[in-house]
Amino acid sequence: MPSKLWLRAGIALLVLLALSALFAPLLAPHDPFSQNLDEDLVSYSVEHPFGTDKLGRDILSRTIYGARISLLVGCATVALSLVFGIALGSLSGYFGGWVDQSLMRLVDILMAFPGILLAIAFTAVLGPGLDHVVLALCLIGWTGYARLVRGEILALREREFIHAARALGCRPRRIIIRHLLPNLLPPLLIQATFGLAAAIVAEGSLSFLGLGVAPPTPSWGSMLNDGRQFLLVAPQLTTYPGLALALTVVALNLVGDALQDRLDARNR
Amino acid sequence: MKRYFIHRLLLLLPTLLGAITLVFVLIHLIPGDPVDVMLGETAGAADKAELRRSLGFDQPLATQYRSFLVNLAFGNLGRSLYEQTSVATIISARLPATMQLALCAMLMAVLISFLLATMAAKRRGGWIDRSALVFSLLGLSLPNFWLGPLLMILFSIQLGWLPVSGRGGLSHVVLPAFTLGLGMAAILTRILRASLLHVSREDYVQTARAKGLSERQVWLKHMLRNALLSVITIMSLQFGSLLAGSLITETIFSWPGIGRLTVQAIQTRDYPLVQGCILVIAASYVLINFLTDILYKIVDPRITYAK
Repeated sequence: MPSKLWLRAGIALLVLLALSALFAPLLAPHDPFSQNLDEDLVSYSVEHPFGTDKLGRDILSRTIYGARISLLVGCATVALSLVFGIALGSLSGYFGGWVDQSLMRLVDILMAFPGILLAIAFTAVLGPGLDHVVLALCLIGWTGYARLVRGEILALREREFIHAARALGCRPRRIIIRHLLPNLLPPLLIQATFGLAAAIVAEGSLSFLGLGVAPPTPSWGSMLNDGRQFLLVAPQLTTYPGLALALTVVALNLVGDALQDRLDARNR
Repeated sequence: MKRYFIHRLLLLLPTLLGAITLVFVLIHLIPGDPVDVMLGETAGAADKAELRRSLGFDQPLATQYRSFLVNLAFGNLGRSLYEQTSVATIISARLPATMQLALCAMLMAVLISFLLATMAAKRRGGWIDRSALVFSLLGLSLPNFWLGPLLMILFSIQLGWLPVSGRGGLSHVVLPAFTLGLGMAAILTRILRASLLHVSREDYVQTARAKGLSERQVWLKHMLRNALLSVITIMSLQFGSLLAGSLITETIFSWPGIGRLTVQAIQTRDYPLVQGCILVIAASYVLINFLTDILYKIVDPRITYAK
């Protein structure tokens, strides 16, 4: 499939997801928290097209509201990781020496853990909650951006335009912000797209293990975990939130792949 | 080779020490009094004091860290709060199950990816190539905590072909291994396909064909062998992810490994056990990366550390 089509399909899916998260109160047919024990585990009805869960809550409404949590955690994690990753990676790459050595050893240590394992460990210790999830995911997330920024700056800092900026008397901060970082936007954009997909899956994993967003807030991961006990009698409990999560990640990967094809200099 | 090994070993030690330190710090990040969190606030003062003493929390932090390192050097990971046995004993009983699952997942991923990537690279742009790309996109996108229950519904509940959960014969390992290994299969397919396409344009491949070697010999002796290096990198990085992914897969399929043990320990707030499990998984990850670097050197003797 041509990359333009991949990109369009991915963007269309993401816009749809963002709109449904933004206008969740208007789109959701029911209150996602409202319980009705007389209508528990309904598989399909006109009133509940996606069925209901064990407490009689509408699955469609909870799936729509679940998009809010996924996008919120994903965007917050990527934004914070980018800020820390860019700042520390720039310092490391531009100044080198002991700053570079110490920061890169720290990155090595954090990368010695499989990402999700450290996030699980931190949320297990700090307890569930949206802020703890974002914090745990940022703890690992920034390392990838820092390494990318450091590597690119190391490659760029001896180029003529940087020497010219130094010769004109630019301070390091100005050189980094005005001359180096704009050159890093394409690889950062690609990594952030894949990072967003990874953060959304990680949030789902944490919520699935009961370490994510506290109930009764609807999250796709926690809905999947709740549905696991009713696989035989109510497979819809796992089908719809899982489908929403998978489509979101597919969309982000489509956009990431297409961006990589277009923006990555190595692919030209 | 010996110099390379020593150099790599020297790089391994600080990383391992850093990982151990981070795991030590973890338990001290518990908000409030960790003993209150472990035993609950209603526990008696004597019980709390006893636990505080047995975990060494009544000692200064530096002393606790020193004891932690000394104990670790002797393979002592502490005692489980609930099972009243040593953490090392519990983990060593569960580790074989996780290793079995991770190795089966890796084997499955390697088989699928080699088959798909080779066929895709042979017929670039054809339907097999496009299917391989779709497979890798889906493999990377489907979270294992959704894929697992889906496979369970289809193959165990609807068709009745495979057991729902637990560890037993070979049939028990199929669904968990596929769930765990799909992501790795997707990544390997992508990387191997790209490597094969890259290698196919190299001069030595053209020369091999010009020499009159059969297509099979060209693929086996020249192309696949040279594409192997990038595959080894990904396999090593992904093997660590398999260990981490086992937390979810083992929970879904009630597989009695270290992943499920970690989740159970988190749920029961058995922090010494959580600490031990995380340490073992992280240490395995670091060691696997170390072994990969050594394997690199064997596969490609040109690799060296630049001065």
